[in-house]
Amino acid sequence: MTTTRGFRVFRFSRESGPSRFDVFEAEVEPTSTVLDALRWIRIHRDPSLAIRHSCLHASCGTCGVRVNGREGLACVTRLADLDPGRVTVEPMANFPVMTDLVVDMTSFADRFPAPHPATRTSDVPSSAEMPDGIDAYERFEDCIECGLCLSACPVVATDDTYVGPAALAYAQRMLEEPRGADVGPILRWADADNAAWRCHAAFECTEACPSNVRPAQRIMQLRRTLTSGGDGS
Amino acid sequence: MTRAAHDAHVLIIGGGGTGGALAHDLALRGLRVTLVERGEFTSGTTGRHHGLLHSGARYAVNDHESAVECIEENRLLRKIAPGSFEENDGLFVAITDEDMAYLPGFLEGCAASDIPAEQLTPEQALRLEPMLNPELKAAVRVPDATMDAMRMPLRFFATAKRNGASLLNYMEVMGLLMHDGVVSGAGIHDHVTGRDAEIHADLTVNATGPWSEKVALMAGVDVPIRPSPGVMLALRGRLCNMVINRLHASGDGDIVVPQRGLSIVGTSSWVVEDPEDLGVPQDHVERMVTEGSKLIPAVATAPHRAAWSAARPLIGSRGEADSGRELSRTFKTIDHAAEGGAEGFVTITGGKGTTLRGMAEVCADVVCRKLGVDEVCRTRETVLLPHIAYFAA
Repeated sequence: MTTTRGFRVFRFSRESGPSRFDVFEAEVEPTSTVLDALRWIRIHRDPSLAIRHSCLHASCGTCGVRVNGREGLACVTRLADLDPGRVTVEPMANFPVMTDLVVDMTSFADRFPAPHPATRTSDVPSSAEMPDGIDAYERFEDCIECGLCLSACPVVATDDTYVGPAALAYAQRMLEEPRGADVGPILRWADADNAAWRCHAAFECTEACPSNVRPAQRIMQLRRTLTSGGDGS
Repeated sequence: MTRAAHDAHVLIIGGGGTGGALAHDLALRGLRVTLVERGEFTSGTTGRHHGLLHSGARYAVNDHESAVECIEENRLLRKIAPGSFEENDGLFVAITDEDMAYLPGFLEGCAASDIPAEQLTPEQALRLEPMLNPELKAAVRVPDATMDAMRMPLRFFATAKRNGASLLNYMEVMGLLMHDGVVSGAGIHDHVTGRDAEIHADLTVNATGPWSEKVALMAGVDVPIRPSPGVMLALRGRLCNMVINRLHASGDGDIVVPQRGLSIVGTSSWVVEDPEDLGVPQDHVERMVTEGSKLIPAVATAPHRAAWSAARPLIGSRGEADSGRELSRTFKTIDHAAEGGAEGFVTITGGKGTTLRGMAEVCADVVCRKLGVDEVCRTRETVLLPHIAYFAA
């Protein structure tokens, strides 16, 4: 059953001055997501609306936005789960806006210690014994680099030098499973003023994470590791 | 007459896996490359696929050419993109007597295509994958793998960028620059600045997948493409560690691909005129659950994360296909001048995520021959930069 839903969408172009909100009525289905509606608007109402998306199933991490003020992936944020009424869509906070809902992700990559981790092969055991069921297969590689944890973080909002939750969760993941890597530089990186100790434990990152990385818990574990002398266990 | 590579400027339209791999190949050969994409890179078809690095076994019985392409590229990609794959292999699982009848031909087809295929007993298969349908009659292990459908192709973009290619997203082609039947670039609209501009090139490549017929029409030439969408369903939780395929002729809901903390069930297949606004037919989603749960019963109860559609760019004329299943998964490079159409204009289409590098090699050979550039392909041995280098460059 097709109905219409109102949207307030953040618009910005570097050429045409200050940002604004445009209002659209979009045709939606009961199962439609925020991304479905944004794509419908782009196809049927305004082809100049710039949005990021790729996989459409919470795997690539490109479509992070703020919906009614809360961080989420547009592709899995269902309209039916939102409060009734007009839906406000804004780009992620704490990133420079390129245009409309598209942010510049360069700073996300810059926060990580070198060498950047994210393409290391996921650990898949050759024989699938599942001691604790499938939950046991949670891996850092679950991070989809969407940036929502940085958008939600109250410390990043006031201090851009803070490395932020994604990179710290990565550091903790490396300590959990170094695979031969020298963890000394990672511990020193994490112990710096702008790293593990800068977190205020608001846990907004874990709330925002769409991929079950739980950065806040990992930051707490990382602090325990740093105070215990760094054996990572 | 040969011309120096750096004197040749190629415009690639389309920022999917094919365009990215072509930009990388041509940049390695020393050509000047500009790639334009109207949205984010990999947002059309490439990023939406289920994340399967094909072993080729799916095509071993009916589509030998695609099967051979897949296994060759499967081996090459593991070498040039280390870290982009879960080395998890795949199982083809027989559930019914009909599936068992498919088995001998399947094993022969794999052997004929040089695809390693090891037959397992049901007990062996269940030891590897405890959540499989316990009624299974046999399984065959093949070198399928899981890839990240966006980040693996992004490594081609990252490397092309480092080698000097100009990669422009949010840049939409509004028309081709044509004079006396010769294409000399494109008129573009920049969605970031709102400005219009012209990009001039010695050769223009149409790498727009299911949109390639629309773009070819701008040059007044025909590309026989059938946009063939499929529905995929992402379930929460890893229901398997290997890629689980149904051992029978290609059909709906016959594959489960584990992808991080998700399990992707795919796919259906139909044919559309316009690849733009595909929709997600609810009956297709239900078919993914019904058919997928024959492979892994837990598919029936796992919570849904997302359902979506992606359009394959299959090659075939109108009237040739009803569902898209009949069409080959191979690819085609079309030199429109050789077909009596536009000069300076080449289309590369068809194919699949697994064969992106091979598609680019064949197309780049055509591009270089047309431009008189004498440079060989170097993508087979060039290890790609990590995807993050795309943002860091």
